[in-house]
Amino acid sequence: MSHLEVRNLSKRYGDFTALDDISLNIAEGEFVCFLGPSGCGKTTLLRAIAGLDPQSSGTIHQKGRDISALPPSKRDFGIVFQSYALFPNLTVVDNVGYGLVSRREGKAAIGQRVNELLTLVGLPDAGPKYPAQLSGGQQQRVALARALATSPGLLLLDEPLSALDARVRLRLRHEIKALQRTLGVTTIMVTHDQEEALTMADRIVVMNQGAIEQVGTPQEIYRRPATAFVADFVGSMNFLAGTLLAPDKVKVDGRTFDCPVQDGLSPGSKVALCIRPEDVRVRDLPADIANRVAVEVTELDFVGAFCRATLKVQDTQDVAMTADFSSNLIRDLGVELGRKLDVALPPDRLRVFAA
Amino acid sequence: MSLAASSRPPILRIAVSRDDLMMRLGVVLFAVVLLVIVGLPLWSLLAKGFEDRDGKFVGLANYVSYFSTPALFDSALNSLHVSAVCTLIVVPLAFFYAYALTRTVLPVRWLFQGISLIPIFAPSLLPGLALVYLFGNQGFFKGLIGGSIYGFDGIVIAQIFYCFPHATLILVTALATADARLYEAADALGASKLRVFCTVTLPGAKYGLISAALVVFTMVMTDFGIAKVIGGNFNVLATDVYKQVIGQQNFSMGAVVGMVLLAPAALAFLVDRVVQRKQVALLTARAVPLIPKPKLGRDLFFTGFCTVVSVGILAILGMAAWGSLIKYWPYNLSLTLANYNFTNFDASGWDSYFNSVEMAIGAAVFGTVLMFVGAWLNEKTREFFFMRGVVQFLAFLPMAVPGLVLGLGYIFFFNAPNNPLNFLYATLAILVINTVAHFYTVGHLTATTALKQIDPEFESVSASLKVPVWRTFARVTAPICLPAILDIAIYLFVNAMTTVSSVIFLYAPDTKLASVAAVNIEEAGTTAAAAALCIVIVITSAAVKALHVLADRFLLGRLQAWRRR
Repeated sequence: MSHLEVRNLSKRYGDFTALDDISLNIAEGEFVCFLGPSGCGKTTLLRAIAGLDPQSSGTIHQKGRDISALPPSKRDFGIVFQSYALFPNLTVVDNVGYGLVSRREGKAAIGQRVNELLTLVGLPDAGPKYPAQLSGGQQQRVALARALATSPGLLLLDEPLSALDARVRLRLRHEIKALQRTLGVTTIMVTHDQEEALTMADRIVVMNQGAIEQVGTPQEIYRRPATAFVADFVGSMNFLAGTLLAPDKVKVDGRTFDCPVQDGLSPGSKVALCIRPEDVRVRDLPADIANRVAVEVTELDFVGAFCRATLKVQDTQDVAMTADFSSNLIRDLGVELGRKLDVALPPDRLRVFAA
Repeated sequence: MSLAASSRPPILRIAVSRDDLMMRLGVVLFAVVLLVIVGLPLWSLLAKGFEDRDGKFVGLANYVSYFSTPALFDSALNSLHVSAVCTLIVVPLAFFYAYALTRTVLPVRWLFQGISLIPIFAPSLLPGLALVYLFGNQGFFKGLIGGSIYGFDGIVIAQIFYCFPHATLILVTALATADARLYEAADALGASKLRVFCTVTLPGAKYGLISAALVVFTMVMTDFGIAKVIGGNFNVLATDVYKQVIGQQNFSMGAVVGMVLLAPAALAFLVDRVVQRKQVALLTARAVPLIPKPKLGRDLFFTGFCTVVSVGILAILGMAAWGSLIKYWPYNLSLTLANYNFTNFDASGWDSYFNSVEMAIGAAVFGTVLMFVGAWLNEKTREFFFMRGVVQFLAFLPMAVPGLVLGLGYIFFFNAPNNPLNFLYATLAILVINTVAHFYTVGHLTATTALKQIDPEFESVSASLKVPVWRTFARVTAPICLPAILDIAIYLFVNAMTTVSSVIFLYAPDTKLASVAAVNIEEAGTTAAAAALCIVIVITSAAVKALHVLADRFLLGRLQAWRRR
C-alpha cells in the first residue's frame, strides 16, 4: 500500500507555475529522493506535502487520509531543514524532547526516549550541550533525532547535507540511509546532488521546471534515462547530433551507428545519439565489432582516478565525444595528445532522444 | 459550464489551524490598538483643521487664512531654512566623526563613542539653556558674537548638539559594514586614496548619508524645545503650534499648523523608505570585515577632530551642569544646590521628576510588550496579507508624525466628550500611551529585524512537532530576542524621560513631567532651575543606559550561555 499519494498537484504564483500537475505514489518504508536543479520545484513539492506552502490545486493522501487542506500541525511528518533550525537557546536534550513535552508524557519517559534517540544518531553524550557547541554534522544529527522523536509516519529532509563539507557529507549519507532502513520510516529527501540521490534513494524523482521528468530506481535513472534532460543532469553524457535512418540506425555526420530499436521516433527525425564517457570501449575490439570509429585524442584531463579524454571522430567536421580512460589503459595503450586510435560505441549502451 | 473552466481545478483553500486562528485574531486586535493610539488621533487632527472654533465644518477656510497670514507662513519658511542649514552642517560633521570611529585607529575609541551619544540623554532644551548661559544677554562670551544668540544662530548651534548623535549612529552603522576585500582590490589596482574614498567608501555609505540627512532635517523641523528656549522672535512651525494651542486656544489653527508641520516630515519619511528599499546588502556572508590599521598622520588628524567635537559636546553639557549649580548668574558664581529644590520654582516640585520616571517605566514595560508581541504576530502569522499590511502601515506611521502633531491629535481624539476612552484624558496612562505611540516605529523595526534574523523554519519545525506557536514564542523566540527586547525598553525609557513635544499638550497638574516642568520653569525665567531639571533627566537616563550596558555584558552573558561556542 502506498504511504503517500500525490495527485494532480499544481502550484502557481501569479503567472508562474512552480509545480505542474504532479502525480506520484510513495510506498510505505520507501526512501525517495526529489532530484533536480535549483528552481525545479523539488522543495516546493516537499513543502506542499508538509503543508508549509500549500498547493494551488490537487490532492495529497497519506495512508488513505486526505490531508490536502490540513495545516502542517494536523499532518503526520517530521522535518529536517538545510539550516537544521535547531533552537539555539535550548540544550540538545531539550531540542530533541521539544515535541515530546507537549504530548504530556512523563518526564522519565521523555528522558528515556531522548537518550534512545541520541544513541540512535550516535551522539549519546551530547545531551547537555548547546547547538553552537556542536559541529555541523552533529547539529544535523540532532535535527534528525528531533524530527524522529515523535515517531512520525513520514520523514522529510530538505537538502539536509548541503551545508556540510564533503567528508562529513559522505559519512552522513550512509548513516542516514542505515537509520532509515532500521526504522523503516517512509522518507523523502530533496537534493540537487545527483550522487547523493544515486547512493541513498530507493527511487529517484527527477524534476525539471515544475514537472516530473522521470521516476525510477537509481540504476534505471542512470542506465535508461527517459529524457535528454535526465541523461544530461544525472552523470555525464555525450550528445551527438544526428538523424534517425531506420528504427535501429542513426546517422551522425555521414557515419551510421547501430542503436537499440526506437519505437517512438519516425525515421528522418533529428535525434541526439548519447553515450556515457565510461561506456566508450577501447580495449580488445573484435574485428567485426559494431559502431567502430577512428578517433584522435585532442584533450586529456587528469581527474585523479582516471583521465577524461576528448576524442575527435576522424573524417568528420567536428563530431567529438569524451571518454573515461583508466590510468592502466592510458599506460597500456600509450594514450597521449594527438594519438589516433579505434574505439567502439556498444549499441546496447547507446540512447537516442529526439533533438 | 465551459470545458476550459471545468478543466482547471478549483483553488484549494487550506484549513486554518487553531494556532493560525489565534494569531490572526491577535493581528486584528493589534491593528485595532494601533488604530486607536495612532490612526484615529491623526484623523481627528486632520478633521479639526476643517472646522471653526465652534466645531462647524468650514472647508479649507483655515488653510486659506493660514497661507494668507504672512506671520504664520513665514514660520514655515523659517523652519525649512533652519532645517536645511542644520542638515548641511551636521551630516558632514557626523560623517567624519563616524569615519574616525570606524575606519581609523583612535586612542580611546570607546570614550569618543560614548561622548558622541550624550546628547541623546538630554531633553532638547538643554543645549538651548547652555547657550543662554554662554552667549545670552548675560552670557560669558556675549561679547564674542556680534548680535544676539536668540534666533537663527542659537537654534542652529543647539540643534547641531541635539541631532549629532542620531546622525552619527546611522553613519557608524553605514560605515561599519565594509568589505575589506573591496579595499584590497582597489589597492591592488593602484587607486589613489581619494579615488578609493570616492569610489568605495562614499558609495558604501550613500544610503546612510541620505538617511542621516533626512533624520536630521526632520528632527530640526519638528523639535520644539530648542526653538522655545533660544528661538527668540525667530518663529518656527513647532513654536507656532504651541502658541496657537496653548497661547491663543485656537485649536483649529493649531491643527492646520500641525498638518503643515506633518507634510515635510512625512515626505522625508517616504523618501527614506524608498531609498532603504533600494539598498541591497553590501555585506555578504563571505565578506571580510574591515579592520583599520594604524596610520600615524591620519589617526592624529582624526583624534584631533574627535577631541574638538567631544570638547564641544562636553562644554555644552558642562555649562548646563555648572549653571544649574550657580547661585545667581552671572553676579554670584558661588555654588549651591538651591536650584535643585524644584518646589521653589514649580508647583509640582520633584513630583514632576517622579512622574517622569513612573511614566518612563510604564512606557518601557507596556511599550516593549506591545511592540515585540505585535511585531512577532505580524511577522509570523501565515497568509492574512491584507491585515498584516494594515498593521505594517500603522506601525510605520508614527515615524512620519512629529510629536507635537501626535500630541495635538490626542487632545482632539481623547478629549472628545463622546469618546468612551475619554476617561484616560489627563491621566498618567495617556502620557504612557502617547509616548509608546510616538516612538512606536523604531521599537517595531528593532523587534522585526531581530525576528527576521531568526531561522524562519522554527515555526515549521514546531508545527511538525505539534507544539503550539505560543510555546515556541515563550521558550525560543522571546529568549533569543532578549537583547533586542532590552534595547527597545531602554530606548523607550530614555525617550520617555527626555521627550517634550508630544506630551506638552497632555499633562494635567498632577501628571506633569520633568521635561515639561523644565519648559515651564524656563518660561518663568529661572534658567538655573530649568538646567538643574535637565541635568537630573540626563543623569537618570544615562544611568539607566549604563545599567543596560553592564547588564548586557555580565548578566546576559550568564543567561545566554548558549551564545558561546
